[in-house]
Amino acid sequence: MKYLLLIYGDEQVWDAAGRAACYEESAELARELHEQGKLLGTNALMPVATATSVVAGGGKRVITDGPFAETREQLGGYFLVDAKDLDEAIEIAKKIPGGRLGTVEIRPVYEVEGLPV
Amino acid sequence: MTATTIDQMQLIVEEVYRTESRRVLATLIRLLGDFDLAEDAMQDAFAAALRQWSAEGVPDNPRAWLVSTGRFKAIDNLRRRARFDKSLPVLAEQLDEAADEFDEVLDEEGIGDDRLRLIFTCCHPALAPEARIALTLREMCGLTTEEIARAFLTKPATLAQRIVRAKSKIRDAGIPYQVPGPEELPERLETVLHVIYLVFNEGYSASSGESLTRADLSSEAIRLNRLLLQMLPETEVMGLLALMLLHESRRVARTTPGGDLVLLEDQDRSLWDRELIAEGQALVGQALSRGPVGPYTVQAAISAVHASAPSAAETSWQEIVALYDLLMVATPTPIIELNRAVAVAMLEGPEAGLAIIEAILARGDLTEYHLAHSARADMYRRLGKADEARAAYTRALALTQLEPERRFLEGRLQELAV
Repeated sequence: MKYLLLIYGDEQVWDAAGRAACYEESAELARELHEQGKLLGTNALMPVATATSVVAGGGKRVITDGPFAETREQLGGYFLVDAKDLDEAIEIAKKIPGGRLGTVEIRPVYEVEGLPV
Repeated sequence: MTATTIDQMQLIVEEVYRTESRRVLATLIRLLGDFDLAEDAMQDAFAAALRQWSAEGVPDNPRAWLVSTGRFKAIDNLRRRARFDKSLPVLAEQLDEAADEFDEVLDEEGIGDDRLRLIFTCCHPALAPEARIALTLREMCGLTTEEIARAFLTKPATLAQRIVRAKSKIRDAGIPYQVPGPEELPERLETVLHVIYLVFNEGYSASSGESLTRADLSSEAIRLNRLLLQMLPETEVMGLLALMLLHESRRVARTTPGGDLVLLEDQDRSLWDRELIAEGQALVGQALSRGPVGPYTVQAAISAVHASAPSAAETSWQEIVALYDLLMVATPTPIIELNRAVAVAMLEGPEAGLAIIEAILARGDLTEYHLAHSARADMYRRLGKADEARAAYTRALALTQLEPERRFLEGRLQELAV
């Protein structure tokens, strides 16, 4: 099964050195998962201050500054993995360095037919 | 075989249902990979048993017969439904192809494992806590949705919804049907034991009105724990069973016939069930000698000390305080600290206990917990400080809705008024 592991955390708690170390460790985890054939994709995101939202309203799409929801923890990156079951996805989620100071949300992927590979 | 009437066969099948249906279901869930499909298959298999066994006699291994029949019924079902859903024929083929591996799964050990798989899936931490309880009682214990709803004072529709959602999550999120590996086992076992203990407490703490159905919950919890112990003889599994048996031994003594609470120190100890105590104490001994012990075993050990004391005064409070000290290391929660304070008061006098309770409350813990205030009131009462005692009992009374507890606290307030 495919799972999207969404990494949430308070951007303010990371200092530059911590962030750099986190990216390095994340890359290492990504390589490890790739070797096991479990990695489908991963990325870190720019800070939430760079977010733009396109919101439907009044029959049009309105462009606003900022993320979809103002929350204490923001989406900071993701891993898309192929895991045997939820337990394996949980094991991987526990290893994600970016989740150490926040939350990793595990969402099973709904397989839509006809998507390009 | 002599002709069996349909009525006689009905009784035989009912008996087999009582003893085997949960094992059959657990195995069918694994073979079919779906809770609802497995439940339908099991019902179909028992319906078929009633017809076929009347004509052909009861098979040598009814369980194997039921599993095998249920599985074929499920494949038939999928084929019939396949006319409406294109994905189903594939599933039916896959199930058919799996038939070769089928014989090996019917050995005794494999089926035991299935029930263990089932309980770990029902108590998976990715399910909401209320859903774990409902699902465990439904799938492991075979209680109906109505029975569970009645015991938990919930609407059957709400409970049914909870179970449906949990099953959907198991399927859609890919919650596996397996016993966790050694690394994950302690943490996952804790979740299972917690569910069992919650079920037990739900049946133990209320004592009027719904008392009948609620006592049934306690015995379901004990039965479930016995089963778990057979399959997984871990120390804490023994510890929890011991703890529940020792609590259960005092059920009759802890309330008056009118449903009023009787404190441990005031209980008529001749009413305690000696058989349950003996079994509980033996399990505590077994768990302690095996080690390493966890919080359930230590709590059971405390309960065992009480159980062997002829009266509250003749209890080895020293031993009990020492066990609470141990428990505070393993699980330092304010509730355990409160219980320790009560034991300290028995050992060293009410001032010592009161000091600990005041410290807990001053920290801001348990300020809304009625038992903290009633324990505090009791210390004041024993110190002869009637005004303080009255104020604390009044506070406790304002914080509890449970009728027997209210009557107990009102009784204490009246005594102080004299």
